Amino acid sequence: MTDVAQKNSRVATIVVGVVVGMIGLAYASVPLYDLFCKVTGYGGTTQRAALFDAQATDRDMKVRFAANVHRDMPWEFSPEQVSQKLKVGEQGLAYYEVFNPTSKTITGTATYNVTPHKAGEYFAKIECFCFTEQTLKPGERMMMPVVYFIDPLIEEDRNLNEVTEVTLSYTFFVIDDEKVETVTGR
Amino acid sequence: MAHANPTGWKRWVFSTNHKDIGVMYLWFAFIAGMIGFGMSGIIRMELMNPGVNFIPDLFGMTEQQARHMFNVLTTGHGLIMVFFMVMPALIGGFGNYFVPLMIGAPDMAFPRMNNISFWLMPPAFILLLLSTFVEGPVGQNGFGGGWTAYAPLSTTGHPGPSMDLAIFSLHVAGASSIMGAINYITTIFNMRAPGMTIHKMPLFSWSILITAFLLVLSLPVLAGAITMLLTDRNFGTTFFDPAGGGDPILFQHLFWFFGHPEVYIMILPAFGIVSHIVSTFSKKPIFGYLGMAYAMAAIGFIGFVVWAHHMYTVGLDVDTKAYFVAATMVIAVPTGVKIFSWIATMWGGSLRFTVPMLYAIAFILLFTLGGVTGVVLSNAGADVALHDTYYVVAHFHYVLSLGAVFAIFAGLYYWMGKMSGKEYPNFLANVQFWITFIGVNLIFFPQHFLGLQGMPRRYVDYPDAFAQWNWVSSIGYLVTLVGVLLFIVVMGITLSRKKTLGNNQWGEGANTLEWTLSSPPPFHQFNELPEIK
Repeated sequence: MTDVAQKNSRVATIVVGVVVGMIGLAYASVPLYDLFCKVTGYGGTTQRAALFDAQATDRDMKVRFAANVHRDMPWEFSPEQVSQKLKVGEQGLAYYEVFNPTSKTITGTATYNVTPHKAGEYFAKIECFCFTEQTLKPGERMMMPVVYFIDPLIEEDRNLNEVTEVTLSYTFFVIDDEKVETVTGR
Repeated sequence: MAHANPTGWKRWVFSTNHKDIGVMYLWFAFIAGMIGFGMSGIIRMELMNPGVNFIPDLFGMTEQQARHMFNVLTTGHGLIMVFFMVMPALIGGFGNYFVPLMIGAPDMAFPRMNNISFWLMPPAFILLLLSTFVEGPVGQNGFGGGWTAYAPLSTTGHPGPSMDLAIFSLHVAGASSIMGAINYITTIFNMRAPGMTIHKMPLFSWSILITAFLLVLSLPVLAGAITMLLTDRNFGTTFFDPAGGGDPILFQHLFWFFGHPEVYIMILPAFGIVSHIVSTFSKKPIFGYLGMAYAMAAIGFIGFVVWAHHMYTVGLDVDTKAYFVAATMVIAVPTGVKIFSWIATMWGGSLRFTVPMLYAIAFILLFTLGGVTGVVLSNAGADVALHDTYYVVAHFHYVLSLGAVFAIFAGLYYWMGKMSGKEYPNFLANVQFWITFIGVNLIFFPQHFLGLQGMPRRYVDYPDAFAQWNWVSSIGYLVTLVGVLLFIVVMGITLSRKKTLGNNQWGEGANTLEWTLSSPPPFHQFNELPEIK
């Protein structure tokens, strides 16, 4: 009987190990998914380039700019230009304006993506205000640059043949510990 | 080793006997199923006519409250039917009762853990019911975000404690299922009678073994995902909150990595039961036994790599979609192996159309129908149009409500005599089958039309254009209600009869080990292990 009991507890221990492992995998999926999105441009995640080294091609591309704020964020946030036209592989420079109308100093951070999502892999940013947190004093207004280019590799991806226009979108969020009642106003 | 025969309340509350625990699971599933069925009744009555009338009248609430109430009811119906009806009945109920009997074991490997597994279910169920009575969204009670509990509706959308209670409920139910799964795996690996090799094991045991593996691999992922929801809601983490770098789509990936194997968890034991019944009433061994067993294993395995076919509309790129379309369609192959093997078993067999056989044949028919609409939906292109319409509702009710539930009915009629020693009233049972069969088809078949015409699911109201088929569908519910009430009558009559049945009620054809024992089986069986030749 003890022999069976021993075998039983061995099987049970292995299965418990599998259960614990799967819970661990569920949590490991969080950083893995993040990494996966960054590498593959999944869900419109844009790429980050250290320096500009692309050759401009003949293909025209229209880049549209969108700006949003989370409902808890009181900043006024808008792009300086509705859209820009440029060649694939050409470096572009766009500005966004942000204004803090409250009487508080607020720190925010912006998330971003491009649509169509499949273009995320080929949208490279060299310089962006979204790489760091931004702090605005009461009443402060700031112009923020984005330096970007469309990767010429886009020409080789037939899934993007029909893409002539991409939209770059930002959403500003309040950094959590700065969230005070007067800010949320709720 | 002395074996006790406890009596009175101690027999049940402190039970370590697999048959008693199995019976308690079946009763639990019955009670939960009645509540879940009642909820769907309110849903169907509300949808019988355009406008929001039935729920406001029933609960004395405003139209605005009724809209949320409808969502709470659909959420509750889904969660109850999945976690507290189908799973306890098929896995906890029939699994506990018959796996040890079929493999010639005296009991489960860990009888006390078996007791905990069962007694975690009522608290989990109570937590879920409680969640409908406390605040969910601001100013309203209950969680209305669907059984999938997608963020952000389940995080910032429902700030009240209702969602937290629902999460705890799933934690407890999940712990119960995982312990059950550990028990089945250990029992089936270590406690088979001498000579019962894994390739001689009855198909129902096979199905429970594979189901247990699916549970062990998928439920922890759900537990992790809903724990992330919980900490996002209460402790300021941002797993699914873009403000902190999270992504709500990640929740959908985690949920469906659990959710898709979960649908096979619900249907594999049904496959097992149907195999036994078809074989018994054809008086033939099942056609392609090994193929049947490994088809289930293949379905279980592929089930883990197709989850994103629930997410075609979240913005997957075209290559990803192409993969998930292809992988999903591959599942139709082992499923087809099973369907054709059942038909091949019946082919040339000496068929007896008893009530369990009728249910099993109806299962094959209706499951195939649901499988066909599943292949339609697996196409990403078609799914973009059909996503979240009643076509999807019709599809998964054909495979689950008419598939898994018909297998539960089939199993009950097949094994009722074995479990109780009493014979069911044959004529009434036949009537019960036909009424239920007509009723459920009347409910769900028209929903294909509604979905193809674009009626979205999870809404309390609809444009007048959808009125007619919704009315037909609700009439179908009323027919099914008669079938369910008649089922209670049939089971009541059965239980009030005297024990008249011998070891093998079905005679030749029923040749698994449970039929070698008395009906009902002795409290402790196989003290002398049977030899399998």
